[in-house]
Amino acid sequence: MSDPALVSYLLRLGDDRLVLGHRLSEWCGHGPILEEDIALTNMSLDLIGEAALLLKLAGEQEGKGRDEDALAYFRDAIDFRNALMLELPKGDFGFTIVRQFLFSVFSLLQMEALQRSKLDALAGIAAKTVKESRYHVRHCAQWVITLGDGTDESHTRAQHALDDLWRYTGELFMADDIDREVAAAGIGVDPSTLIEPWQAQVGEVFIRAGLTVPKAGYMQRGGREGRHTEHLGHMLAEMQIVARSHPGATW
Amino acid sequence: MAENTRSNQHQATAPADTQWPLWEVFVQPPKGAPHEHAGSVHAATAEQALQNARDVYSRRGEAVSIWVVPSRLITASTPEDMGPFFDPGNDKPYRHPQFYKAPRGVKVF
Repeated sequence: MSDPALVSYLLRLGDDRLVLGHRLSEWCGHGPILEEDIALTNMSLDLIGEAALLLKLAGEQEGKGRDEDALAYFRDAIDFRNALMLELPKGDFGFTIVRQFLFSVFSLLQMEALQRSKLDALAGIAAKTVKESRYHVRHCAQWVITLGDGTDESHTRAQHALDDLWRYTGELFMADDIDREVAAAGIGVDPSTLIEPWQAQVGEVFIRAGLTVPKAGYMQRGGREGRHTEHLGHMLAEMQIVARSHPGATW
Repeated sequence: MAENTRSNQHQATAPADTQWPLWEVFVQPPKGAPHEHAGSVHAATAEQALQNARDVYSRRGEAVSIWVVPSRLITASTPEDMGPFFDPGNDKPYRHPQFYKAPRGVKVF
């Protein structure tokens, strides 16, 4: 297997979590209640921690001397490989929770499979991530049910969020040559194999929440090849400004 | 400024706590020690209280088990109970077994 495929694959794993982790961190100090503010930022830190490990591994596999900070702070939007869903602005609390739930179930399935990766370092990261994802799923599923089965307003907002997000879910499961190559080597997992258990798990929670899963339709894509929405550039400008203004700074 | 004044008045008349119900949190440290009161969290449901307690009080490996209890279900003593409840009863020496001789070989604390 060629290294570039593995590096791209690891960047996809890391960027998903870095970008979503940053979006969640935007809630810091803005949560609907103190306890939930803490919960959101805890999940944010989990994701950024996972991203740091994955990007570090990507840098090592690449062998060009880039560490996780270089990859996080000194790449432009076109070099990011996250799925589009994760870079969308944080929206209201309903949007944040529904997105987090959709991704967390995906992440749990993906990382459960990656625990069996032939790349030991990746299997180790997956084992750590599974534990965190399991809690994220539990926390978000409970909120999805609370919002969907709550007041008229919370139900409407949660349903709108689900309607808006659905067209971005397909990209999580689209496999290309990179995915297939890494999966064939026993290192990665083909994301298209995860869609059935994912649909079953999220569907069960949406039924309990009284939310309607949108009909399958056109699915947005492009993030895995670096074709992003306008939102990622703005987000990176804020996320990267300090590291780029003061390269090598420590505190 | 007018806006500020109005909101201040509103705060002054609003109930002190407009948040979700309060829950008391008890965490059990590792090594089998009994559950100890750690603090309190707000939550709408028991499951949410458990999750909030986990996030607030057990993020650094402090706990192997968590209990949450609605604060309103706790019956507490009041400061007026100080005398009758907690008088140490020093005039009742049989409550303080210091006068027993510890057998040899038993460590005296």
